[in-house]
Amino acid sequence: MFKTFGIRWKEMNSFTYKRAANEAEAIREVADNRSAKFLAGGTNLIDLMKMNVQQPSELVDINRLALKKIESIPTGLRIGALATNSEVANNKLVQEGFPVLSEALLAGASPQLRNMATVGGNLLQRTRCYYFMDTAFPCNKRVPGSGCPAIPGFNRIHAILGASEHCIATHPSDMCVALAALDAVIRVEGPKGARSIAITDFHRLPGDTPEIDTNLQPDELIVSVDLPSSAFAKRSGYLKIRDRAQYAFALVSVAAALDIKNGRIEAARIALGGVAHKPWRSTEAEKVLTGAQSNAQTFKAAAEAALRGAVPQNHNAFKVELAKRAIVRILNDVSGRRVGGAA
Amino acid sequence: MSANQQSSKAMNQNKGVVGQPINRVDGRLKVTGGARYAVEYPIENMAYAALIGSTIANGRIKSIDTSEARRVPGVLHIMTHENAPKLKPVMTNPAEGDAAGKRVPLQSPNVYYSGQYIALVVAETLEQARRAADLLRVTYDEQPPATDMDKERGRAYIPKQKVAGKPADTTRGNPDAGLSAAAVKVDEIYRTPTEHHNPMEPHATTAVWEGERLTVYDATQYTYGVRHAMAATFGIPEENVRVICKFTGGGFGCKGTVWSHVSLAAAAAREVKRPVRLATTRQQMFANMGHRAETEQRVVLGATSDGKLTAIIHEGLSHNSTYDEFVEPFSKPTHMMYACENFRASQRLVSLNVGTPTYMRAPGETSGMFALESALDELAYKLNIDPVHLRLINHADTDPDEKLPWSTKLLKECYKTGAERFGWSRRKPTPASMRDGRYLVGMGMASAVYPVNHFPSSARVIIKQDGTAIAESSTHDLGTGAYTVLTQVAADTLGLPVERVRVRLAHSDNAAKGETYQAILTRAGLKEVEGDFDMQFNDRQKTHSSHSFGAHFAEVRVDPDFGEVRVTRATSVFDIGRVMNMKLAESQMRGGVVMGIGMALMEETVIDKNSGRIVNRDLAEYHVPVHADVPPIDIVLLDNFDEYASPIGAKGAGEIGIVGAAAAVANAIYHATNVRVRDLPITPDKLIGKGALA
Repeated sequence: MFKTFGIRWKEMNSFTYKRAANEAEAIREVADNRSAKFLAGGTNLIDLMKMNVQQPSELVDINRLALKKIESIPTGLRIGALATNSEVANNKLVQEGFPVLSEALLAGASPQLRNMATVGGNLLQRTRCYYFMDTAFPCNKRVPGSGCPAIPGFNRIHAILGASEHCIATHPSDMCVALAALDAVIRVEGPKGARSIAITDFHRLPGDTPEIDTNLQPDELIVSVDLPSSAFAKRSGYLKIRDRAQYAFALVSVAAALDIKNGRIEAARIALGGVAHKPWRSTEAEKVLTGAQSNAQTFKAAAEAALRGAVPQNHNAFKVELAKRAIVRILNDVSGRRVGGAA
Repeated sequence: MSANQQSSKAMNQNKGVVGQPINRVDGRLKVTGGARYAVEYPIENMAYAALIGSTIANGRIKSIDTSEARRVPGVLHIMTHENAPKLKPVMTNPAEGDAAGKRVPLQSPNVYYSGQYIALVVAETLEQARRAADLLRVTYDEQPPATDMDKERGRAYIPKQKVAGKPADTTRGNPDAGLSAAAVKVDEIYRTPTEHHNPMEPHATTAVWEGERLTVYDATQYTYGVRHAMAATFGIPEENVRVICKFTGGGFGCKGTVWSHVSLAAAAAREVKRPVRLATTRQQMFANMGHRAETEQRVVLGATSDGKLTAIIHEGLSHNSTYDEFVEPFSKPTHMMYACENFRASQRLVSLNVGTPTYMRAPGETSGMFALESALDELAYKLNIDPVHLRLINHADTDPDEKLPWSTKLLKECYKTGAERFGWSRRKPTPASMRDGRYLVGMGMASAVYPVNHFPSSARVIIKQDGTAIAESSTHDLGTGAYTVLTQVAADTLGLPVERVRVRLAHSDNAAKGETYQAILTRAGLKEVEGDFDMQFNDRQKTHSSHSFGAHFAEVRVDPDFGEVRVTRATSVFDIGRVMNMKLAESQMRGGVVMGIGMALMEETVIDKNSGRIVNRDLAEYHVPVHADVPPIDIVLLDNFDEYASPIGAKGAGEIGIVGAAAAVANAIYHATNVRVRDLPITPDKLIGKGALA
């Protein structure tokens, strides 16, 4: 049964708080109330509620659910949705089999936040676009159809790839960039049953519906993230460029993974952060890399391919060159790493 | 214990506890939560207030619909311009105009900047007050705001007030002739952005009326100013106002004047006839509590081929609000910093739809010395003279502006000690010539200066029969250690151990000599004895010019691909007169350098040009250095008793740590990269693709 704490407080932005005992209860509760939200670490949602950016009428606390495990499965690794960012980053199986994920997590936020924030919550992080976070501004993501003041405004931190005339926000997560390079699969459960969503299909481009961040249904609960084992996952790394050494969102970040045999790239994954409305997997760069010799020339060609379609805004043209250089640097780095005794 | 602390100890071991690196006397209170701040006093029957800010930057309020808000349970009062009591405007600093804004809010429907208070809600709980605040429905007649200093430069005007005590346009000697005679010139524009103080403790007030007597628990650097302002605003005698601020959680200048939320809290308390507590939000602090104004500074230097300055011109713009006047006096240090007879300063203001700027740590010097010390660095490269040597060539042996001898000046020792400890001789003069692996390495330096300012002060000492003493003063402890230092001074003056002195004092009378206070008071049949002391200064008759001085040396490592800059180490040497507590003073200086690193690399308040709203108005988006940005910082304080600066020999440690620090970092970045960035902060986008990062 649900435990309900308190009543609907009429004297503040009213919401009810319920603690779910199991997944079915949690899903049913959120399915019954379209403005209910799951509450995990709360590091983003609670802030947004305080700023009136989001006003759910009900929070369904899922922290008691048994979704914290990080375990090997036949195809790879399964990470429970409630595993904290710190737990995942410091997990041996993650560090050895999927180093890019550990590196990305440790590049994000602060230790205090990482101790609270969960994998599931991180997938659902909202943008840090200034205009989205201040209700005095119109914002198509917050109030559909109201306009985008970021386009004529201050857009140094905004998107250069995949943006639309309705929204140029970026996805702020580091973790998701790593997941995009690892072919992660998001396992969810909802009133209609369970399904799996490939990470590249999980987040959306803004198009003319920037208010919808992901393809997750509001009543679907993320239960785990599955990472398939691969040679390229072992040889993977993350690079983040930012305005200060820690506790800053990426100007640009890159997750790279390579499978190299005898100097030839057998498989490659490239994903960019800080440049688009979703973690930006660059199949264009991967095409250049796959089958090519692992060398500086190849990396440069891959970087050019990745940014070919970039459309900068007034204040963020530097991101194009920054992203190219970051791609080259991390590919150099990752290709030179020792992996399982072979370089 | 550092070398400093040892030498200070040696110097003072026969003199008492002043100078000793003793621990903070309030340390335990602070780490145990026993130190009470403005909103932490338990008071019965408290009501809570929440402020509402405008969403437009220029225009008029057409209507405020409070009907929905009034239905929120617990709401006691909603104050808008339509029903607010008439409050008298206040000048809290009549000498130089009023940095806190003499405009009292809620007196008219006019909106001058985005986030300006337009209403206040009082309720039984903070949650109720905030809920009701969210439910106010406001409509405006909106006008396009002026938000861009560059675009508004055509409307620049001469400040009505003086600029740090001087006319806005000042000429000494013949700068144009000096320039004509120069073999080498630098003529560049430097820009510093709007910055915010961001103390940890937000501005907060608890107001309690008892009849016509008002007690204000306030987060302030200026208890007497608050008292004066409240008395004037409410038309009551000053003795009816009591201001209590036992601890201030940082200020950096934004708590140095009286902002309107204090009057509003007191007005609300009188309205609801209950104590009212009002804590502002971080976002409200960005809009309403002042800031360091952005500047655009032109610095022109002329020099002979052997490096002697023949002319200095320092002129430019800073922004101001539309309803008040505050000048960021960036040209102030240039009047006296270097020996050059030909000098011109000129400052103009540009009014924007922003809140009124205010003092921020070393107001004037911080922005001005970034420009001047960057220009000196540029001149050094043009002349092919070592930057330290160039400064020695132009060292002012007397104050070139006041034409007075210095009270003391150990600036040459600052350069020498700093250069030695930092390893300046290892610097290769050519830009972009030093590397550490893939990283570009650079070394830069800059001078620091801050004047000795005198304020009248008074203190009271009560000596008790049990041999303890209580020292009292109305000053505040910003968190910098005033409690501790005043305890040390009182202990030495009274000849008591620190443990027997409670609270704080400044007192010149050295009473006990041989006989204990217990014995004296017992003999006199007194339980306690009290003494008062007032200190006034007459700076008009001063015979010496008093300034603190310093020199910063910084090393940076720049990623040649991305333009990410990290300061890898720094050495800063200061002459701040007598050092009262080496541990606290070192910490104060280190904090100043950290703030200078932030200024150089990341701090910037961004205003959306279309709406006039500040977009990065929290500590996630407004970047200050985190631990990972802060390298080892070697601080040296040249202990130096300055009898002209103050009776106690000190010159002042609060402000100077930041002055010049950003220039030292910027100069190091130029040395590392061959890219001269003249507009702060120096973020990756300003370096990538240029110089050694091409």
